[in-house]
This record gives sequence, structure tokens and C-alpha cells, in this order.
Amino acid sequence: MTADTPAAGSRELILSRIRAAVANAPETEIPRGYRRTRSQEGLAELLADRLDDYRATVHVVPAAQVAATVGRVLKERGVGRLVVPDGVPEEWSRAAAGEGGSQIVRDDPPLSAEELNAVDGVLTGCAVAIAETGTIVLDAGPGQGRRALTLLPDYHLCLVRIDQVAGILPEAIGRLDPARPLTWIAGPSATSDIELNRVEGVHGPRNLEVIIIDG
Amino acid sequence: MSGTFLGMPSFPRNAAAAVQDSQLRFNLRKATHTIRDRRLSVVGELPDWAELRQAGKAIKDHTLRHLDTYLLQMEEAVTRAGGKVHWAADAAEANRIVTGLVKATGETSVVKVKSMATQEIELNEALAEEGITAYETDLAELIVQLGDDFPSHILVPAIHRNRSEIREIFLSKMAEWGKPAPASLTDEPRALAEAARLHLRERFLSTKVAVSGANFMIAETGTLVVLESEGNGRMCLTLPETLISVVGIEKLLPRWQDLEVFLQLLPRSSTGERMNPYTSSWTGATEGQEFHLVLVDNGRTQVLADEVGRQALRCIRCSACLNVCPVYERAGGHAYGSVYPGPIGAILTPQLRGMGSELDRSLPYASSLCGACFDACPVAIDIPEVLVHLRSRARHARAERLGMRAAGWVFGKPGRLARAQRMGSRFRRLVPRRLPGPLGGWTDTREIPDIPAQSFRDWWEQTDGGRR
Repeated sequence: MTADTPAAGSRELILSRIRAAVANAPETEIPRGYRRTRSQEGLAELLADRLDDYRATVHVVPAAQVAATVGRVLKERGVGRLVVPDGVPEEWSRAAAGEGGSQIVRDDPPLSAEELNAVDGVLTGCAVAIAETGTIVLDAGPGQGRRALTLLPDYHLCLVRIDQVAGILPEAIGRLDPARPLTWIAGPSATSDIELNRVEGVHGPRNLEVIIIDG
Repeated sequence: MSGTFLGMPSFPRNAAAAVQDSQLRFNLRKATHTIRDRRLSVVGELPDWAELRQAGKAIKDHTLRHLDTYLLQMEEAVTRAGGKVHWAADAAEANRIVTGLVKATGETSVVKVKSMATQEIELNEALAEEGITAYETDLAELIVQLGDDFPSHILVPAIHRNRSEIREIFLSKMAEWGKPAPASLTDEPRALAEAARLHLRERFLSTKVAVSGANFMIAETGTLVVLESEGNGRMCLTLPETLISVVGIEKLLPRWQDLEVFLQLLPRSSTGERMNPYTSSWTGATEGQEFHLVLVDNGRTQVLADEVGRQALRCIRCSACLNVCPVYERAGGHAYGSVYPGPIGAILTPQLRGMGSELDRSLPYASSLCGACFDACPVAIDIPEVLVHLRSRARHARAERLGMRAAGWVFGKPGRLARAQRMGSRFRRLVPRRLPGPLGGWTDTREIPDIPAQSFRDWWEQTDGGRR
């Protein structure tokens, strides 16, 4: 069947039911008395603290030490094959391949889901981060790649520049473009489904490591 | 998946049986108390929680007032972004639409993101009738599906199961559905989560069609938003070639900016986290995917027409009201006979389904009206108010109606009341300990108050208020 025929009638039916139902309903003013911004002080520390709270591994380093840190953490983890999307600074992938000892995999031509599943880790930047909630947002833009890249590999190394960090959630919403596919990440994959206790590590990457570039 | 709730007896009978299950009561008490403390601590962190709650309530009320306008805006935005929008007046139509869309792809299996709307319309059963297997991928939904069980909680449908029961289900049932559980599986939550990861990974990589719900839809941009924890949602939203999202019409928010309120309210109320691990949003057909949005009414416009009851449509399905409810904690979710259990279920189910069955008529009474649910609700749904409103709408038992009419007659004139009281005093020795017939239910758990030898009014008249 095609869904068009019955849906056309139902569309009008639903809309007319709504109009009849709310005909005498009152109008509502929306009070927006909640916080819209937060002071910019201590954002790196707050973000690091909140990410750590949800079992991400966090490093706060100055720009001059980023490459060395990337190399060191990849070497310590022994990440063999690392997918690096287009737009990641050359310096980072050189460090990953050099000191980190990882074999760099490119998503060009696009990797199949199976190929991506066989990769050990992924290295990306981000679009925005939110300090208060310990959240990183990816928008599939440069240095982040399509959504599956940060989903199938078991390890995600994410680099966040301090100017990308918003204090609280309302500030981040204003910086994001809803037309892009967004992925908000707060710690590694987890579940609360067994006795309502939080356990890390289900379908997404079980290890999230974040380098915050501050100064 | 699980069976159907149809034909279940009334809440009191279900609850009476459930409270005898000490394992169930232990599991529920442990889980709900864990989450209560976590919710309180993360809500307490926000200095502006009260303002967020007021904003959330007002945004939802405003959206519902103009739902027709915003639905049309949503349809236009999704269509512009390459998606296709379908409208379903009821469950049967929604199921027909989804089944037709899956069949058009030529596939015989779908992966599913946890979704209340698809449970409500019993989509899995409808797909199964057409030879299509729906694989639940959320851990708790998986436990329910493998155990051929009913969901008992909005957020954690398998909340009634503890870790060792889950281990048993995985060991005995996973092989029937796909990759078996490792024989050495322990009941450590980490090991159970790992077993789910291994069981579903191949399924995620190979399945071509996914069905999801959505937590929010943004009318101005046509964006859908899904909050989750495990990454199963991301797998379903990202990897398959076709994505079908089935969403209740009340899930709309007018503007992108409105998310700044709800993305703070929902995770803190739901799992007691500052932010859930993963949130995905997408607009129309994304990264080469085919995208269908099925908008479902299925009784929602009927709820919208009730001036008092319509506030139930503000619900964002966080389940905070279940976790604080003393009745839910003891009776468990199955007693409510609906995919929406707990306090919100007690007001939503009878409004969505109507009050035709004994079960649905009994749900507004599944509460002590203590009000803890109202306090916990992030969009300030006055659940006790709606419960009382629905009680007045339900048809009452004949004995109760006659009794109330008689009481009304007696209380109608002071003289009648005085005569009735004197009669009561005269025969007070004859009052039994247990009242006869249906009234016995009341005296089974309560003492009948002593009737004094003289009524207060007679005493006042006789003694001039104690002065004589």
C-alpha cells in the first residue's frame, strides 16, 4: 500500500479534532526566568571535573603540548588502527602516527560499517562543549566526520578547544545549527537498566578520552 | 515481543497479587530509592530549577494550545529537509503505515530504539503478523522481549528484574534470538551489559531498517531529538538505510531554543544525571538515509479536549513520578495494565483508552493522593487534581451510588440528620465489626469509629454548649 491515501484523510481529521479541542483553551505566557549564561571563569576545570564524574579520562593541556599528549595517550592505550576524519589538524594525526604508533585510517572512500567496526579508535575535534553538564557536541563538521565514525570504534579521543566550551546548556543551544546532525556525548556509553545503577560500557565507545586545550 | 495488557483485572486485584511477591517488592524498593537520591542531588545543583520547571510547563501548554499550527510547521520543515510525513489517527493506522513502509524496502526485520509510542500501539505484534521481526535494542527492552514479559516502568521496562534474573534470561533466551550469551556469564552488571553488546553488534551492522520514537520534535526546524544512554539509539538512527520515527503529536516544541529548557529538565528527572550519555538530533533525510515521520494521535486529541485532563499531555516520559510513588513502589508497574504505569499512567491510560473497562475505571483510584508525583514532575502536572477529576467521571458501583444518594438525602435537611444520628445512637451496640456486602472492603482494613451515646448537636442543645 502507499501511505498517502489514508493519511490524507487522517491529517484533516487530526487537525480538526485539535481545533475543536483547544477552541476555548487559554493563551499561555512563557516565563524565561532561568539562567541564560554563566561566567566564563574556570570553564576548563568544570568541564574536566564533570566529564571525569561520568568516567571519561580527561587532560587539560596548553596548545603547545597537544601533539605530545595525543601521542602519549594513544601509545599508552596501544590503539592500533585509528580512524581520523578530514579536517583534523595535520599536527595531531602526525603525532598519532608517530609517537602514538597508531595506523591512521581515512574515511575516504567511506568505510563500510564492518570496516569501521574493525577499527580500534577514532580521533576527532568537536563543535561545542558544555562545562556544567560535562557534555561534548559533534555536528559532523570538519574534524569530526559522519556520525558512525565516533560510534563503532570502542575508543574515542576527542579534542576540545577552550573557545568551544560554553558554560551552561542554553549558551550551547545558541551556538548549534539544528540543520546538521548533532551527537551530544556525556561520558562513555552507559546504562541504568540493571537495578537503576549506572554501569559504563554498552553499545557506544566504552572509553572516552578528552583533551581540553586551554592556553 | 511481550503479550498484551488487554483483559487484565482491575488495579486493586492486580496490586493485591503483586504485593505478595517479596522479590518484586525488594527489587522495586532498591531501584526506586537509588534513583530518588540521585535525582534530588542533581536537581539540587541547579539554582534555577523552579524557573526551568515553570518554563517547561508554559512551553508545553502554549504548544498544545496551538498544536495544529505547529504540526503543520513540522510537516513542512521535515518535507523541506527530504523526509516524508505520515498522519495516523489511531494505532491501527499507524501500524498499517509502518508495516507498509517496511514491506516497501523488501526487508523482514527491523531494529528498534526504545519507544513508548510504538509500545502503546503494539507495533511489534502488528509487524510480526506481517512476518517482520522487530528486534528491541535497549537493554531493558531486550530483557523484556527475551523474557516474553511485560514492561513495568517507563524508563526501565525491566525494573522488576534483578541482576540474577537478568542473567538467567540471557543464558536461556539469547540463543533463540541471535548470538547466544557466553556460558560463563556472571550477574555482574558490567558483564550483563557486555553480553548485550556482543548479542546485538552484528544485528546493528546488518539491519537495513530502524524504527524509533522521539523525545522531542522541533516545529520551526523539523528536527527530531532522541535521548539515550547505551548507544543503541545512535546505532539505529545512524547505520540503517531507512529510518521510521513514530511520534505522538504532543511531543512537539515550537522552537530550537526551547530545547535549552527540556534538555536540562529531562535527564535530571529521568536517570538523575546532569546529562544522559548520548543525545542525537537530526533534521529530515540525513547522511543519505531515507526518513519517514509517522505522527500519531491515538486518543491524544480526546485528552486535549478535557480542560483538566489535558495537562497530562505535557508529560515528557521521565518517570520521576513512578520513582517517588508509594503505590508504584509496592504494587509494581504490571498492576496498572498499561505501558504507562505509575501516577502518570493512572491519569494517561484512562484518558487515552477511555474508561470502558473495569481496569481503566479503577486506575484513577490507584493513588493515595499524597502528591509526591506532582512535586517531582518537571513540567508540573498536577496529577492528584486529574486523578480526582477522573474519579468524578468514572461510573461508580450501584451500591456506592445508592449509598451516596441516601447520604445526600440525610445531609440535605438538619432535621433528617438529627433523626438519623439519634437512631444511630440508639442502635449503636448493634453495629457489627465488619460491614456487610461490598462495604466490607472498607472495614477489612479499618475500625468502625464508635458512635457516641448522644450526638454533638443534641448535647449542645441540651447543655447550651456546656453552660448548663
